[in-house]
Amino acid sequence: MNKVIRYVLADLLRNKTIICYTILLFALSISVYSMEDNYEKGLISLLNIVLFVVPLMSIVFSSIYLYNSSEFINLLVSQPLKRTNIWLSLFAGLAGPLSLSFFIGVGVPTLMYAFSNSGLILIGCGLLLSLIFVSIAMWTSVLIRDKSKGIGLAILLWLYFGLLFDALVLFLLFQFSDYPIENMMVALSMFNPIDISRILILLQLDLSAMMGYTGAIFRDFFGTGLGMGITLGVMLLWCLIPLWLSVRHFRKKDL
Amino acid sequence: MIQIQHISKDFGKFKVLKDINLDLQGGECIALIGPNGSGKTTLIKSILGMVVPTAGDILFDGKNIQQKWTYRNEIGYMPQIGQYPENMTIGQVLDMMKDIRKMPEDTLDLDLFHSFNLPALLEKRMGTLSGGTRQKVSACLAFMFNPKALILDEPTAGLDPLSTEILKDKIKKEMGNNKLIIISSHVLSDLDDMVSQIIYLQDGNLIFHKSLHQLKMDTGTDKLSKAIAHIMSVSSPSK
Amino acid sequence: MRSSALNIVGTMICLFMVVDMLHATTIKIGKDQAVKTIKQGIEMAKAGDTVLVKAGLYKEGNIIVDKAITLLGEGRPTLEAEKKHEPLSVKSPHVTIKGFEIKNSGHSSINDIAGIKIYNTHHVKVIDNILIDNFFGIYSQNSKHLEILDNKIEAYGTAEQLIGNGIHGWKSDSLHIERNTVTGHRDGIYLEFVTHTHVLNTISEKNLRYGLHFMFSHDNSYVGNTFRANGAGVAVMYTKNVHMENNLFEENWGDASYGILLKDISDSQIINNKFDRNTTGIFMEGSNRIHIDNNNFIGNGWGIKIQASCMDNTFRDNNFMQNTFDVATNGTLTLNNFTQNYWDKYEGYDLDRDGIGDVPFRPVSLFSMLVERYPSVMLLFRSFMVTLFDRSEKLLPSLTPEGLKDEQPRMKSVKV
Repeated sequence: MNKVIRYVLADLLRNKTIICYTILLFALSISVYSMEDNYEKGLISLLNIVLFVVPLMSIVFSSIYLYNSSEFINLLVSQPLKRTNIWLSLFAGLAGPLSLSFFIGVGVPTLMYAFSNSGLILIGCGLLLSLIFVSIAMWTSVLIRDKSKGIGLAILLWLYFGLLFDALVLFLLFQFSDYPIENMMVALSMFNPIDISRILILLQLDLSAMMGYTGAIFRDFFGTGLGMGITLGVMLLWCLIPLWLSVRHFRKKDL
Repeated sequence: MIQIQHISKDFGKFKVLKDINLDLQGGECIALIGPNGSGKTTLIKSILGMVVPTAGDILFDGKNIQQKWTYRNEIGYMPQIGQYPENMTIGQVLDMMKDIRKMPEDTLDLDLFHSFNLPALLEKRMGTLSGGTRQKVSACLAFMFNPKALILDEPTAGLDPLSTEILKDKIKKEMGNNKLIIISSHVLSDLDDMVSQIIYLQDGNLIFHKSLHQLKMDTGTDKLSKAIAHIMSVSSPSK
Repeated sequence: MRSSALNIVGTMICLFMVVDMLHATTIKIGKDQAVKTIKQGIEMAKAGDTVLVKAGLYKEGNIIVDKAITLLGEGRPTLEAEKKHEPLSVKSPHVTIKGFEIKNSGHSSINDIAGIKIYNTHHVKVIDNILIDNFFGIYSQNSKHLEILDNKIEAYGTAEQLIGNGIHGWKSDSLHIERNTVTGHRDGIYLEFVTHTHVLNTISEKNLRYGLHFMFSHDNSYVGNTFRANGAGVAVMYTKNVHMENNLFEENWGDASYGILLKDISDSQIINNKFDRNTTGIFMEGSNRIHIDNNNFIGNGWGIKIQASCMDNTFRDNNFMQNTFDVATNGTLTLNNFTQNYWDKYEGYDLDRDGIGDVPFRPVSLFSMLVERYPSVMLLFRSFMVTLFDRSEKLLPSLTPEGLKDEQPRMKSVKV
């Protein structure tokens, strides 16, 4: 299995888009950190990049790569290899370079300029988001045969998680503002890995404000060891469930 | 070597293969012929396990291939369009395949590798190659591991005449080594002097499976292309 | 010594006080001394004497100091009240209490029992004592000219109604409270009807309710104190002419927790203070004519929450940095003046390079208005959608108060 990973890695690590992505992230991070007079402001600016660009890049790049590699995947399938292994190798091959890019582009500058709890959580969330959105891309591209439809769906899903989901939450908040809905909100946020990451970092950066009325509830959940465990578990599920579904589908797929 | 028993395949409502039965033996070179959309590629992919049949079994050396993968060690496959990761060099692609197959270096069949002059191109990236060169790489890979069975999908498309001749010679040589060779092709003139059997598919049905000699006798022609033309003109009205 | 002729001559040429002191006797109390109990020692003493208590554990119930004496602990003797009594009651002027450890006063819901309680008197000094687990710590009832210095007061209160205040002043005047530390009480320092008082360099932290709490206590000053991690920060109410300078308000976190809660405070100064990581730095309600100058607001949830009931307050030369929200308000009309503050969220420019930004800064964001109305919306903070909302509101203000702005925002932070 690791042979295939090795070759996909060799291919992707030289990929121009991946290299540009790394350089872009790195340049952005360095300029943000050197422009802001304190690292927390830098982290806040980077937060938007991480929550917006990383999912977009992970899901769209992975989709395009998978569709473009369909012939290569066919070739691999015709070889004496287990399909599950091929698919997992592709996942590893995509997730590895994308995570590495993020780590070099955002992680290293953050460790240099903002070595702190909030910085570490930002890096952790960015890495997990990379994995999650690669995993979602694996699923959509195995479901949908048509390249343009598949990439369209990937972009739609990204819009949904990045924007529409929050609009929905806001709508619910206004509708049910007279009821004690905080616990429901915590539960609801679990359905969006971007929101989970955002709240985790918020609890580091805006702790004082988050300790207010509703904040105390979020803090009680996300701040405790158990809550963090559950949160991490949910993030991993977000990564594993789409991947598992995609493997299940790929094993029976006609190529 | 390969038994195909009552294979059917549906894509939704569309029936691509309808109850196909075949028995293919080593030492034969079999041409898989039929109009576009007759189910040739689906049949090939079913043998390779890339398409899962709706019904029926395929046996390779007497064993059912369903959900198995090790039997593919014994098959060399040359796809219609060989696409490889663009940033990999030819050398890396070859290495990868060697890795996957795990065969000792000295047992590799490097005939095509040398006759196509690939050693000079090892450092070239796949993305920069012409279609013909890619076909050469694909052909080289299909033969490299001394498989018992070879499946070639449109092998000569895109190859220059010289390379086509090299490939044909290689196919004939392997036939002599008691291998099973399945060729799907539209270019009937290329097939004439190497195939021993013909399988003709139309609309997912197996129309016949005969030796070339028998076919020529039945149709009273001396060339494959004429024989096929004769068949098509007969079978079309029957629809 | 008393018999010395030289000394007698000396006393005659000295002032009253000095005469007194030289006449004073020192009565020693201890296991190995002639006098075994403090009560007996006080009984024997007369005005001006020193009762010197040697190290040891004293369980004498309620000790009443009703003479102008100095009660001095040597090697920190412990007064143990066994959760039943008031350890020390001071009922005479000119008393000094120094060097004791006072433990476990009684608790009562009827009387305010304190470790040291000073009743209706004046000129008492309470210096360098350690008070542990008392109901109230040091209590001044209707007294004047007290000095409360260098005491360490701690309790382990679990519920507000089960514990009293660390330093409690009621109807008192001219108290001097300096260099004390108070932890674990209900309010660290509580003053009601207390005037002309100075609270200096005192640390009040981890108290259940407020670090500092006063009402109707005019003309007081609070300088150099630290109020840290108290249940609800600092609350000051119904008072005028308060001077607060160089204090540190930090880590007061909670749903109703403030660096300072100002309620009906007027004509006061809040200068050179630091508000660090509080849920709300300053919350103002019904407060007028307050000068809030040269303060640092750093890392607070809300730097300032100013209710519509406030008027004519001036915010000048303050630094607002790393606050989640700098200013929030519930009104649309603004009758307060923000000028020449430094806002780290300011994105304007300074073409004439005079250090003052050329476009005004609006510290109230749309989202902070939303959070005021729907606190749960905080969940969506820093999401892309919310950032989008805030940006568009900045371009076209519609919901945020038009008048609330700093016309002269600074480009660089003020040195405080």
